[in-house]
Amino acid sequence: MLTAILVMVGLGLALGIALGYSSLKFKVEGDPLVEKIDAILPQTQCGQCGYPGCRPYATAIANGEADINQCPPGGEPGIKLLADLLGVEPKPLNAEHGEPKPKSVAFIDEQTCIGCTLCIQACPVDAILGAAKQMHTIIAAECTGCELCLAPCPVDCITMVPLAEDIGNWKWRYPVFEIKSEIKAEARA
Amino acid sequence: MNILAKIFNASNGVHPPEHKLESTNTPIQKVAVPERLVLPLRQHIGNMPKVLVKAGDSVLKGQLLAEANGTVSAAVHAPTSGTVVAIDEQVIPHPSGLPDMCITLKPDGLERWVAHDAVDYHSMDRAELLRRLRQSGIVGLGGATFPTHLKLSPKGAHPVVTLVLNGAECEPFITCDDLLMRERADEIILGAQIIQSLLGTVECFIGIEDNKPEAAAAMREACTRAGFVAKVGIVPTLYPSGDARQLIRLLTGKEVPAHGRSTDIGIQCFNVATAQSVYRFFAHGETAVSRIVTITGNVARPGNYEALLGTSVDDLLKAAGGDLPNTDGYIMGGPMMGFTLPSSAVPMTKAMNCVIASTPGLFPPPAMEMPCIRCAACADVCPVSLQPQDLYWYSKSNNLEKALEYNLLDCIECGCCTYVCPSHIPLVQYYRYAKSESIAQERAQTAADQARVRNDNRLARIEREKQERAQRNALRTAKTDTGNDADKQAAIQAAMERAKAQKEGVTPQNTENLSPAVQAEIAGIDALRGDVPSPAQTTET
Repeated sequence: MLTAILVMVGLGLALGIALGYSSLKFKVEGDPLVEKIDAILPQTQCGQCGYPGCRPYATAIANGEADINQCPPGGEPGIKLLADLLGVEPKPLNAEHGEPKPKSVAFIDEQTCIGCTLCIQACPVDAILGAAKQMHTIIAAECTGCELCLAPCPVDCITMVPLAEDIGNWKWRYPVFEIKSEIKAEARA
Repeated sequence: MNILAKIFNASNGVHPPEHKLESTNTPIQKVAVPERLVLPLRQHIGNMPKVLVKAGDSVLKGQLLAEANGTVSAAVHAPTSGTVVAIDEQVIPHPSGLPDMCITLKPDGLERWVAHDAVDYHSMDRAELLRRLRQSGIVGLGGATFPTHLKLSPKGAHPVVTLVLNGAECEPFITCDDLLMRERADEIILGAQIIQSLLGTVECFIGIEDNKPEAAAAMREACTRAGFVAKVGIVPTLYPSGDARQLIRLLTGKEVPAHGRSTDIGIQCFNVATAQSVYRFFAHGETAVSRIVTITGNVARPGNYEALLGTSVDDLLKAAGGDLPNTDGYIMGGPMMGFTLPSSAVPMTKAMNCVIASTPGLFPPPAMEMPCIRCAACADVCPVSLQPQDLYWYSKSNNLEKALEYNLLDCIECGCCTYVCPSHIPLVQYYRYAKSESIAQERAQTAADQARVRNDNRLARIEREKQERAQRNALRTAKTDTGNDADKQAAIQAAMERAKAQKEGVTPQNTENLSPAVQAEIAGIDALRGDVPSPAQTTET
């Protein structure tokens, strides 16, 4: 009886020490799930989800506080990827948080800009260049199209310009067979 | 001197009707200088070059109009002397039909050359030669239009020991390289010698398809005349053996690794027309101002025409006797990889090796797409040994991740699979769609990663500034708190002394050195001012 108790206590102690040591030694810094969710989010940093950026939203999803359908820039493909990652059913985008829009960049009308720096402070990715009482301008390549600079502008000199298709970003289309032309051809024959 | 090269196992491919004889009956003809030249700035792969001229400038033939900008870029030169009339967006020969920046030139018809000299490539430093080549505007003329100076300075870990000259020209209808080899073989070989000395290669292969015996004979004779040691490989006529990777395998038996370049196995490949341009540049100082283009199909006089870059397709067709009735479109490049031009008004670019006037008889409209019957005919002909059926399923269902796993990006878009498909499935169009879609996704991912880094940096900066401010505040309060009354008094006293000293030091007005008349005037104004209260006084009241 005593031997058995001693063996169990000894085992318990030994395993406890091993577990305690490994929990300190192999501690995971940060939440790897947050990183994975953050990698899927489009990094627009627009805050339409109700959180002050993509990482806070990712943290909220990981903690189960936010739903996966609150990101309009990510759209349906983003929701699908998040659903795949988290093992849940995809759901339609929550319209409360806005509609997906074509990618745009902000444009400052330099005639109207008064150089107040309010937009510079609002930009989450430092994509606006300028100084107090100096004209501001957008670094288009860095702009995520979050629209956060629109509201603070006191003279409404910022507009969103949708990115036009040009030779540089043109994509081949999905092949579509035109049924209409075939019917016409048959009618002619 | 030349040796007949052994040809290694033929790769897969197809053999569509060649249609080459139509355009090889006549020698290369020159097209007259047209009334207007339109030069797209982006005639190459890479960055848009930087424009150096403005509308209204008069320029000479060969003058630099736009210089290479960034690493992967090529210059644009004036193809003839004349006046720049506009720099704006115009429709360019591109499958999208979208406009791009172009320089429009009105030729004066005098063909006055800018000062240009031969480059002494025997004695000049290699770096200097490459620098000059960078501003020569020479790009790969086989169709890929990759800047040539970059191909001559490979940065791979392996030394490049083998040069492959590509004269295979495997696409149906196209004969511009064939005629060039027949008529200007000596210039090609001299160009190859320059390339060989720049690259430091020790052996040279020349690949020519067996449907061009005259060209092969001309090239052999030119090698003998120049004393150039090259192995001329007569490869079987099978599309797409003119693809650089296929040709390298046929001639050397080596395979370029997936996701790699030919320089990884010590081989660099140049089109014969590119070699000729290199020779023209170094031996005569001539920049890229013209090229040879095959005009064929439903035209009165199919043949090869040497035209200035920027000549419109309409002018080229006119030179070829105009198109015959029933023409329903114009194809740039060959029927396998080419595309329908958005309009016949587009200019000829460095990439344009062929224009085919098409008729419904030559290229019937695509038959209706039927379901895949899993016959594997596409897999049999795929020259890069991919699984076209799997790629088709994944591309069609937008499963890009899976398509990439099946090496979608190794597809060379040769179109053999589409050509043989009994169900008329436009397979290569699906791959093109999936490829451009996955490239766009990758670009979006890069942009997102960049935005994440910028956002993180901004948050870190805000946090740092906050801490610094808190630190400064803490320091200030600490300073005021620690001092006793005597210290404080001393500090106040010192500040007062400083202010006093400053006040005394200031010269009241810098009016000492003025003439007596001006002094008097100032005194008068001061007297007047005495009546008006000063701003300081106003605020006090």
